[in-house]
Amino acid sequence: MIDFSTPPYLLQAHTSVRRVMVQVLVALLPGIGAYVWLIGPSILLQLLVASLAALLAEALMLRLRGRPLGLFLSDGSALVTAWLIALTFPPLAPWWLITVGTLLAIVVAKHLYGGLGQNPFNPAMIAFAACIVSFPALMSQWPVLGLKLTLVEQLEMIFGLAPRIDALSGATPLDALKTALKIGEGNIDIPTLLATQEVFGTFAGRGWEWVTAGYLLGGLWLWQRKVIHWQAPAGFICGLSLLAGALWLWNPERFASPLFHLFSGGAMLGAFFIVTDPVSGCTTTRGRLIFGFLAGVIAYTIRVFGGYPDGVAFAVLLLNLCVPLIDMYTRPPIFGMKDGK
Amino acid sequence: MISREEFAQIRNNGVWSQNTSLVQILGLCPLLAVTTNLVNGVMLSLATILVMAVSNVAVASLRNLIPHEIRIPVFILIVAALVTVVDLVLNAQLHQLYLVLGIFIPLIVTNCIVLARVEAFANRNPPLQSLFDGVFMGVGMLWTLALLGGLRELIGAGTLFSGIDMVLPGVQPLQLLPADYPGFLLAILPPGAFILLGCLIAWKNWIEARMAARARRPGHRQTATPAVADGR
Repeated sequence: MIDFSTPPYLLQAHTSVRRVMVQVLVALLPGIGAYVWLIGPSILLQLLVASLAALLAEALMLRLRGRPLGLFLSDGSALVTAWLIALTFPPLAPWWLITVGTLLAIVVAKHLYGGLGQNPFNPAMIAFAACIVSFPALMSQWPVLGLKLTLVEQLEMIFGLAPRIDALSGATPLDALKTALKIGEGNIDIPTLLATQEVFGTFAGRGWEWVTAGYLLGGLWLWQRKVIHWQAPAGFICGLSLLAGALWLWNPERFASPLFHLFSGGAMLGAFFIVTDPVSGCTTTRGRLIFGFLAGVIAYTIRVFGGYPDGVAFAVLLLNLCVPLIDMYTRPPIFGMKDGK
Repeated sequence: MISREEFAQIRNNGVWSQNTSLVQILGLCPLLAVTTNLVNGVMLSLATILVMAVSNVAVASLRNLIPHEIRIPVFILIVAALVTVVDLVLNAQLHQLYLVLGIFIPLIVTNCIVLARVEAFANRNPPLQSLFDGVFMGVGMLWTLALLGGLRELIGAGTLFSGIDMVLPGVQPLQLLPADYPGFLLAILPPGAFILLGCLIAWKNWIEARMAARARRPGHRQTATPAVADGR
């Protein structure tokens, strides 16, 4: 008998879109777990709303484009987009906000550009950017920590049955820091703020630091499973912490530590789940490093000096535009050829 | 004089098959900036129609006198003179609207649609044909800008005809969506104009593809449409 199985020196890839997407979903679970512990079950409801909207939009667009429904619906890519959107939106946002975001992501950012594998921009980040530009007030209402709402109350908030009381809504730790510094007019410094205000925890935002640590855990697992490459997250974390570290060393009273920035806002989610997007990110090894690094630098710049509470979404979208250029300049030499010739 | 077929062709070209915004994609600057609501889009289009009609007639009448080498400066002079008139009239009669449309009225001079029609059509055709070409090209722009402006206004703010009291005093704008509609700001911002214009172009191409498929179907009477060789 002749053995026709693949020779041992060829790498066998047991990968399909579905396997990758399912693993990404699993990797999000630690972060989601911490989120539920911190905020309550409302985030699960948002995940459900986003998933339903994403699947419906995906089915509709596939039908309009005459593509096989079952194959693409079951690959899980729409679910990943939906979950990322739900995790970046405020957990008590009204249901229509997250639906609008998801529809934009799936219909405009994904299918109008050609569907799975063709989109030049990260759909989840398009949803976030479009919604924060269109509905800035709703997109910055984050629940005050320690506010214990029952499931019914959370449901009422999301479905618009209860009035949206402003007192229920606070700011993210990043926002709180920026606002306090602006109000303080130089009379207040960051170490005091971090020590006194209860929105801040051990090393970043109270509670939120554990959610982002959950994302870190899931991201490391993805890397260990070889679902993502290390270059993009490493580049992102380097870019963010180098810039943050330099400014922090220069003036620790005005600039928060790199640790604070890494565990605040969308940094960890961005590092492991957004800049690692195989479609809208770079495809070369060096390109991924550059992509991540620049995204980190721009995210920090927008977050600290810009008007928006977090800059990860805008940084990623800006870098998505640069991907063809980066890929062109970092193309590896063909085997056997001299470098670049 | 003008034959019936010639008239129909000029009309179809202007309103549909050579539509300035959807096919020639000319004059995007005023299109993006002004169509934040229906009234602005319509009023700017009306001003442009006026300029296009008169400048086309003027150029067509003078086309045998204008030296070929310096025709563009002469065209610009003619168009600029007309735009100045429109600008002053709007400033005097509809001052509120003039403030809203702002720089885009004087900028009709540089609007590539006006120069394109003057150069591509009026410079080679008699005045009457040129008049109809100017008017129908403008009508094509009018309905597109009205549609785009209406869509952007409806999605972005939930109203229709806001600002109509600047044109017709006493008329109230329509509030189509509930008053607590939060407003989808993206539609009002320039990206919304690009996205919606893209959708409108896709819609037009879809209609044409469907009409072409229907015409190709066996048993259907073949209606051959002559290819239009028209300057862009």
